[in-house]
Amino acid sequence: MRSSNWTSDFLNQLNKANISVVTSPLNQISKIEQWQIQSSHWNEISQLAVEQQLRWVSGWAEHIDKQFFVNACFEKAGLYIVLRTQINTDNPELPSQASVYPAANRSERHTQDMFGIRFIGHPDNRRWTRHQAWGKHSYPLRKDFSVDGEPEAITPADKDYPFIKAQGAGVYEIPVGPVHAGIIEPGHFRFLAVGELILNLEERLGYVHKGIEKIAEGRSPESLARLAGRISGDTTVGHTWAACMAMEQAANIEIPPRAALIRGVLAERERIANHLGDMGAICNDVAFVFAQMQFTRLRENWLRSNVLVFGHRLLMDIIVPGGAKSDISADSVVVIKKDISRLKKELSEIMPIIDLNSSLEDRLYTAGYLSPETAAAFGTLGYVGRASDQDYDARRDAAYPPYDQVEFKVALENQGDIASRFWVRYKEIQSSLKLIDQFINQLTDGEILTAWQIPKPNSEGLGIIEGWRGEITSFVRFDAENKIARFYPRDPSIINWPALEKLTLNNIVPDFPVCNKSVNGSYSGNDL
Amino acid sequence: MNWLIAILQGALFIALAPLLAGWLKYCKCRLQNRKAPSLLQPYRDLIKLSNKKPVVSDHASWLFITAPYLIFSATALAATVVPLVVVDLPTSASADVIVMVGFFAFARFFLALAGLDIGTAFGGMGSSREMTISSLAEPAMLMAIFTLTMTASTTNLSGAIAHVLNEGLVLRPSFVFALFALILVAVAETGRIPVDNPATHLELTMIHEAMILEYSGRYLALIEWASQLKLMLYGVLIANIFFPWGISETLNPKDLGYGLVAILGKLALLAIFLAIAETLVAKMRLFRVQEYLSFAYLLGLLGMLSHIILEASR
Repeated sequence: MRSSNWTSDFLNQLNKANISVVTSPLNQISKIEQWQIQSSHWNEISQLAVEQQLRWVSGWAEHIDKQFFVNACFEKAGLYIVLRTQINTDNPELPSQASVYPAANRSERHTQDMFGIRFIGHPDNRRWTRHQAWGKHSYPLRKDFSVDGEPEAITPADKDYPFIKAQGAGVYEIPVGPVHAGIIEPGHFRFLAVGELILNLEERLGYVHKGIEKIAEGRSPESLARLAGRISGDTTVGHTWAACMAMEQAANIEIPPRAALIRGVLAERERIANHLGDMGAICNDVAFVFAQMQFTRLRENWLRSNVLVFGHRLLMDIIVPGGAKSDISADSVVVIKKDISRLKKELSEIMPIIDLNSSLEDRLYTAGYLSPETAAAFGTLGYVGRASDQDYDARRDAAYPPYDQVEFKVALENQGDIASRFWVRYKEIQSSLKLIDQFINQLTDGEILTAWQIPKPNSEGLGIIEGWRGEITSFVRFDAENKIARFYPRDPSIINWPALEKLTLNNIVPDFPVCNKSVNGSYSGNDL
Repeated sequence: MNWLIAILQGALFIALAPLLAGWLKYCKCRLQNRKAPSLLQPYRDLIKLSNKKPVVSDHASWLFITAPYLIFSATALAATVVPLVVVDLPTSASADVIVMVGFFAFARFFLALAGLDIGTAFGGMGSSREMTISSLAEPAMLMAIFTLTMTASTTNLSGAIAHVLNEGLVLRPSFVFALFALILVAVAETGRIPVDNPATHLELTMIHEAMILEYSGRYLALIEWASQLKLMLYGVLIANIFFPWGISETLNPKDLGYGLVAILGKLALLAIFLAIAETLVAKMRLFRVQEYLSFAYLLGLLGMLSHIILEASR
């Protein structure tokens, strides 16, 4: 069903278009290929790619000697390629792909701010990650920029960002955030509204930029795994796994089967905990507090079992390069099994109450509609994509251990509204529970850690896993002496935030919070 | 003596309002399977806020700091008009139910102005929504109240309650309609679910809270207290007009004691119903509020029509 020979077809097509491509495997373990092309073809190739319905996955740059390596990752039918080109650091320019792939928009702006690479023909080349912490011509991810940076005593307020303006009688702007009345992450939303109707929403993020990419440089593998676990606190398992997978590819080692199963259990436990929290929060945003209290209770019990089994509520730092740090004991298997049956039973009591509540239905159905076409155009990931009929799940379509040995159903809805995103989460919890059960049953005796091997200088890896928010891709390149040269984790939020701008249109202002909660992008994961 | 009782009753009204809020919170918590804070928590919150130094925006004018006092005074004055424990009040005689609605409108006017005063987007948004809703709620409320006053042939609340007491237990269709109309209006006017959510932290969904988002310290305490008072006022209106039995008709201490117990019991029961309703439903979409309040108006109108057709012609 899922043919994998689209790459040869695409290569033929590129040949016909006189685009020369040098292909080589990214590393010895993964099936990912890297395609070297001339920088002048950067936009042209993306036009051919969009015709072939390739999905734009991720984009990042690297500073190596006197050159910038610019990368763009594409996917089709579960097969990934990394497009790569080199440009000179003296006058770094590249034709933009954002005019073809909207998903590339903010990523290119990030690269523009961090490296000073100009993207020619970019539809919106305003600064993005760049607030006022750096001088106009300093680019923090260039190698000549020191890790300490050049901080001023107090960073000036970022007050002159050119937001889109609207004119006319009755149109007004509502600035919201970055400081909110509730305890959430900082982000600014600029609404243009007529009465209560939203004409346009613009997001302004970057308030939690922590310099993850810069402080990753020079780290040891263990240290990078810990850093990756702190990109976004709610996705600590997902990001650590993706980073470790990338490093393991680069070091050319395979993890023991038992470690893969443990990682699977961790990832599914993280998914369930977050989905439970989100489902409660969606109900709370329409003031249906009963549901939130119940889901909060379920999530809390779930996290307490995490402590019993793994010693950490959020499962931080259990995945390490080469495997896993803590094992699942025979006692823990009992705890996990009991957990699964308890959660199943509780959900079977709560979900009918929610399903039958017409006032809740009135709020969640048809609100925050994201059409399947828009979702596809933006490459929307995870439950947001799957609620709008985007049938992609890296666990099934680009299966990695332990998901290659199990059967499971990918949840799918096609209404594209808040209710769909709510019910997709519920379905995902159900299949995650089945997955954990299968993993536990497959646990065989064995090692949980492979000895680390120092990777060759310049070796690289691209870890791709399905985190609870969606596909996470994590790029790692090693230096000499086991040190990290470049780390670029692409949280699914980076792709999904623009979808929120679209699905909010034509809703009313007081419905925005629940629209936002149904997407629940990570600010920290986006800002890096 | 009458005046003394009237003043004491007004003071009791003001003193008990946070307790009702605490009880409502307690009921909601229990219904959501939560542990509840102490019934006295609203008092503690008010004391805490009063002791805090208020932070006032540089853009605020005199209106912003005067408004809380005006809002609280107007609501407190409205409270003196409504018989709580005893029917016969000199204050009720000097100010009727239309004046009471006027007090509410006065308080709301200054609250909306204060929301606009500091010039934040949320304040303006809250004020605009509040005005939209109140312009629909006030006619519905007056329609319900006119039904009552037409039956009693007086707009004086003491007179109306005394009339209902004298008539004894008669099932009037007009009263049933008016009761439901008044309940719907009360929920909207006191900012409860499903119209507004007093517990939310989501700025964009707020109505009442959006207007007072910039308030802190004693100003916030006064406004919070005024809203608790308003909630209790509506509770007492519903309890004493439609179910007046138990209210004291004399000034002797025993009857007054019964009257107090009766109103506390009625309010406690009403709060339980409100808590159940708030637990069962989610908040409406903002544009559903018009339909909701139009329905309240319709009920009020039906009440009045059924009074004219069924009752007045006798």
